[in-house]
Amino acid sequence: MAPLDFSPLRRLILKGAGLAALTGLGQIGLGLPAAQAASDKYPEDAFKQKSDADAIKALYGRSADASEQIKLDAPEIAENGGVVPIAVITTLPGVTSISFLVSENPNALAASYVIPEGTVPSVANRLKMAKTSNVIAIVEANGKLYSATREVKVTVGGCGG
Amino acid sequence: MASTIRVRAINSGDITEVQALIQHPMDSGYVKDAQGQTIPAHFIQQLTFEYDGKAVFVADWGPAVSKDPYVKFAFKGAKKGDDLKVSWVDNKGASDATTAKIQ
Repeated sequence: MAPLDFSPLRRLILKGAGLAALTGLGQIGLGLPAAQAASDKYPEDAFKQKSDADAIKALYGRSADASEQIKLDAPEIAENGGVVPIAVITTLPGVTSISFLVSENPNALAASYVIPEGTVPSVANRLKMAKTSNVIAIVEANGKLYSATREVKVTVGGCGG
Repeated sequence: MASTIRVRAINSGDITEVQALIQHPMDSGYVKDAQGQTIPAHFIQQLTFEYDGKAVFVADWGPAVSKDPYVKFAFKGAKKGDDLKVSWVDNKGASDATTAKIQ
């Protein structure tokens, strides 16, 4: 008898946990459509955009100007598109966020970093690239948007696993 | 279970350099397995580093971040021996957290 008694209870508890998890996800999804990258909300909408321009707009609500003060470090040729080391450092003052986009990926936005005051405006990470593409770094500084672009040639795409 | 997060935070002067490596499949949702079935998207969405109760670095990630992601950044104001809290949550609601001593 005991196992029969316990199992519905167990199911109820599991269900409750699942529901709680779903509610959590719902809250993340309900983030403002044009949420600032500097907020704590996950910018779900921006990650769903196909093109780089749409993703930048969804993330920041405006477009960026090219800046010489951003150094985008990426390989000229990436043999493995699954792991492409990309780094950015900038001398721009008042940086609040740094984002990385890969124009030719199915969804252009790859990563977006919040840079609070006291954090150095420099990030290194590894991204997947489906094919040869422009890589764009966006720096938000003093409420303005700046960008740097570099082309990375990919010999083996990163979306094939 | 061993933590999925490996983090190294090294302080020199005012700057603390942080490197983190996380074990996660980061499935993009565009890849098919050997049977031709699409592997559903499964990736870390948010990775947070907290020092002294404040976020010093927040990463919002999409599925284009490489498998077993790596990230490096630096921040000011910490001392050797202080705690750095690291946590992540993925698109399926899974999460992990660890606390590292700044060296």
